Amino acid sequence: MSRRKSYEEINEKIRMGEAVVLTAEEVAKMASESSPAEIVEKVDVVTTATFGPMCSSGAFINFGHTDPPIRMEEVTLNGVPAYGGVAAVDAYIGATAENPENSEYGGAHVIEELIKGEDVHLIAKAKGTDCYPRREVDTWINKDSINEAFLFNPRNAYQNYPVATNSTEQNKYTYMGILLPRHRNATFCTSGALSPLINDPQMRTIGIGTSIFLCGARGYVAWNGTQFNTSKPLNERGIPLSNAATLAVIGDLKSMSPDFIKAAVFEKYGVSIFIGLGVPIPILDEDIAYRVSVDHSEIGMTIFDYGKPVHPQVATTTYQELLSGTVEIAGRKARTAPISSLPKAREIAELLKSWISRGEFELTAPVAPLPSGTKLNGLEIRGKRS
Amino acid sequence: MKQRYILHFPLESVSKPLTTTIIRDYGIDINILRASISPERGGELLMEFDAGEEAISKGLTFLEENNVEVERFEHTVKFREEECIHCGACTAVCFTDALSISGGRKLLFDHARCVACGLCIAACPLRLFTISWNGSC
Repeated sequence: MSRRKSYEEINEKIRMGEAVVLTAEEVAKMASESSPAEIVEKVDVVTTATFGPMCSSGAFINFGHTDPPIRMEEVTLNGVPAYGGVAAVDAYIGATAENPENSEYGGAHVIEELIKGEDVHLIAKAKGTDCYPRREVDTWINKDSINEAFLFNPRNAYQNYPVATNSTEQNKYTYMGILLPRHRNATFCTSGALSPLINDPQMRTIGIGTSIFLCGARGYVAWNGTQFNTSKPLNERGIPLSNAATLAVIGDLKSMSPDFIKAAVFEKYGVSIFIGLGVPIPILDEDIAYRVSVDHSEIGMTIFDYGKPVHPQVATTTYQELLSGTVEIAGRKARTAPISSLPKAREIAELLKSWISRGEFELTAPVAPLPSGTKLNGLEIRGKRS
Repeated sequence: MKQRYILHFPLESVSKPLTTTIIRDYGIDINILRASISPERGGELLMEFDAGEEAISKGLTFLEENNVEVERFEHTVKFREEECIHCGACTAVCFTDALSISGGRKLLFDHARCVACGLCIAACPLRLFTISWNGSC
């Protein structure tokens, strides 16, 4: 019977400082000489990581009460609107919210500055009530002055992602960067064989409650991410050929490092945020050993035309080919360029590996699995209630 | 040696085949890096000259005799490298390959290949590039 390992067995080895931990790229190399059965014997944990722009991110903050107190309704942080419709002094600052007077400054910058320990200007307004009589607050906050502050990102870590190109005669300015006319370039945004959900495509070990690396701190998978879609076409390795599953993740903002979260501005698109995310995968059995052995050449990628409104598919390729610098689109060679940082993803995978090897980070089994059989609804424009 | 110049063509010089002359008669290999010129209004060419020092000097004198204003091309694209996250978004628009990140390695910036087109300024999500032209910003 083939070898199986339990979470407890692996965690015991981690506690003893005896766990064998490899990054997903290292295990892919090992797989050229070792079978999945041998990998189960040799390896306990494989670390995966990604560092890309993930617009669907933001932070909940509790500011603390003033005396007399206020029930904040309109809230801005450094001029960026935050959502104040949650109780009195809680707010959610979304990464893509922009300062109306400076479209190159947004919630992502506020979050990064809070993590760095910088002061942030809080202005809040309210109508005033008997129990919350104050109607305005104008003050400065930082991560030591506020109560809880946690990142809660509704959609991160996309399992694969479309490759973007542009067939039109004009530049297209997108969240996938600047797309030059007539398919002269193509941009891609995944960490390939290092990507968490590509290494566990059936999400056998990644589920609700999984301990992860989030922006330099310990975080958790909170839920399936929004737009979670398990109905996308798969390649022969069972990996989706385009964007599919996602993770909603949560973690303590105050413990995070500015090295692993960066505010970003995409020209004529807007503000976004680079999120550093790492997921350890326990090598419980041969199937998981096989899944984590995927290399860049075994990841199918689909190229879509962002010049047209519905983004029609124009070509297919592999992650390995995208890394080479050129890909063929419509009979011509197009320059390829990444939007997510593979070097930073490697750094995160190595850092998580060192935490686990030193016994500082144990693995958690999911408390509930992520859903299966999901697909996406579009949004119908209707004139009246049905 | 290779030297780069910005050539300002007044309206009356546009109709003359001056580029052909400097290639043929002065033996200068030229590479047009950027061009913004039309028969109705004149314009500018950014050219790289490849020849001996004397040939280039004579070629430039010939251009000046034909009312072309010659300006040595000096630009500095500054890049706050220590803040770079190596995402690679700038390489999508860099057609001289001054910026490269092939194979998932860290970003390389080869200043010698840069023609200061300025596309990287808009393409960098962290806004790490700035450019100064012939001493002015």
